[in-house]
Amino acid sequence: MTGIPPHISVRDLNVFYGKDHALKDISVDIPNKKITAIIGPSGCGKTTLLKSFNRLLERADNVKVTGQVLVDGEDIYDPKMEITHIRKKMGLLSQKPYPLPMSIYDNIAYGPRIHGEQNKKKLDKIVEHFLKTASLWEEVKDKLHGPAARLSVGQQQRLCLARGLAVGPEIILGDEPTSALDPKSSQHIEKRFIELKERYTIIVVTHILRQAKRLADYVLFLYMGRLIEHGPAQAIFENPQQEMTKEYIFGVIS
Amino acid sequence: MLSSFVTIYARRLFVDRAAKRVLELVVVCSGLILLIIAGTLYFRSLPVHGQAHWGSLLMSREWHPSRGQFGFLPFIAGTLWVTGVAMVLAVPVCLLMAIYLVEYAPRFLREGINPLIDILAGIPSVVYGMWGVLVIVPFVKNYLAPWFGVSSSGYSIIAGGMVLAVMVVPGIIHITMEVLKSVPQELRDASLALGATKWQTIKNVVTRRAMPGMVAAIVLGLSRAFGETIAVLMVVGNVARVPGSIFDPAYPLPALIANNYGEMLSIPMYDAALLFAALILLLVVLYFNVVSRLILSGTKWSSYYYG
Repeated sequence: MTGIPPHISVRDLNVFYGKDHALKDISVDIPNKKITAIIGPSGCGKTTLLKSFNRLLERADNVKVTGQVLVDGEDIYDPKMEITHIRKKMGLLSQKPYPLPMSIYDNIAYGPRIHGEQNKKKLDKIVEHFLKTASLWEEVKDKLHGPAARLSVGQQQRLCLARGLAVGPEIILGDEPTSALDPKSSQHIEKRFIELKERYTIIVVTHILRQAKRLADYVLFLYMGRLIEHGPAQAIFENPQQEMTKEYIFGVIS
Repeated sequence: MLSSFVTIYARRLFVDRAAKRVLELVVVCSGLILLIIAGTLYFRSLPVHGQAHWGSLLMSREWHPSRGQFGFLPFIAGTLWVTGVAMVLAVPVCLLMAIYLVEYAPRFLREGINPLIDILAGIPSVVYGMWGVLVIVPFVKNYLAPWFGVSSSGYSIIAGGMVLAVMVVPGIIHITMEVLKSVPQELRDASLALGATKWQTIKNVVTRRAMPGMVAAIVLGLSRAFGETIAVLMVVGNVARVPGSIFDPAYPLPALIANNYGEMLSIPMYDAALLFAALILLLVVLYFNVVSRLILSGTKWSSYYYG
């Protein structure tokens, strides 16, 4: 890899749901300002790994996490870390868009507001800016105060992207962010990701290999909770070293 | 051979059709019962509301059956006071408890407390009433009223309201918990992922999303409180006067009916007047129920903001 320090370093990460050992001894560096794709068959722990980055895992009752996740060199599982501070650094796009039960404007302004921004003019600017970044502005500028739930699913997902960007994160986490979208809307999101990687580190969980090939600079392949192989996208897709990676990529296991 | 096959086949189809008809009949009948009750009450109370204006009946405070004066205001006011006090006491507690149990409480507590709430909901009203007489009434008489500088026999609106509040709590908590649980986890995640604290998420996202359901839960509790008879009757004093404060006795509509129907029917039109009281009660409770169903099914606002 290049000389730029990694944005996220995972060290001996283990995750248990009760007795279920969901992630086993994961250690990997996520490169800065690149798109990293996490691929693997369903149930292999892709989403768990993604959610361990912003500590959304611990919401469930019986989750146990051991090991370290360093973001910008800080261990986010250090008990002294403030959880909102960690989460503010990352925008999350879930499988299905979940607009908050409020207007389009308030969806974007929600993040800045909870972090204390009250200046109406600044909020207006933030809303406009990030709706433009998510290329949604033209479609919604006349109905900013209408309900977000009335948008199409594709528009909602771009709204969620804008909402996540509005708190000023450094990292974008996407949990199969296009799986509920039609091809056109998926393309829209993919395009935004490619534009955004100049400024953000992007990590995408995907089960669509072609999407991973289109987007990713770096690839992690998970299988049954283990990190089987990781490396630059080209190397993984063209010349995988591990037998299991080969089988997955060439379509034997799915 | 063939003919028996045909008869079996025909019988199967007949039973199939008959089953559908019978089920339909049962449903229609249960609907009819409501209409029959409402109709009976309406027509049997005609002697009272047929000759006087509804508004003047409902707004008059003169209740002198022997003189043929039937003013329902004392009873309507009594009902509203008792119900109002009960809701003011019960609703905040219920909402906060439901939020705690769904959002914060560890699993064992949440699951342990559920059956308790169900038991509380299943206690017969008369038991609540006795408890009210034994505990709440003396408490109001000896502590609460003196503390506010008034004297009260204890049999009062506040006593009725307190007993009633305890009675409606389980129902409201139960529905509110269901409503909160139905808020998608991912919606909470979306807010948390933006760096919101748990409380910010609950306040701005979860309760907002759950609002129609919580309103419905409150309205259902309200209609329960409105119609509750025996427990209230036992502690509320039953004086047919428009109450001036919560330490005054009151005489809610259900108590009026339960205390008098079947007894003083020698007085002309008395039974018609009581039936009219029952009609008012039925209409109000029906109205509350319909409103809460409408809110729950979300025809009004939920499709707007809640998707």
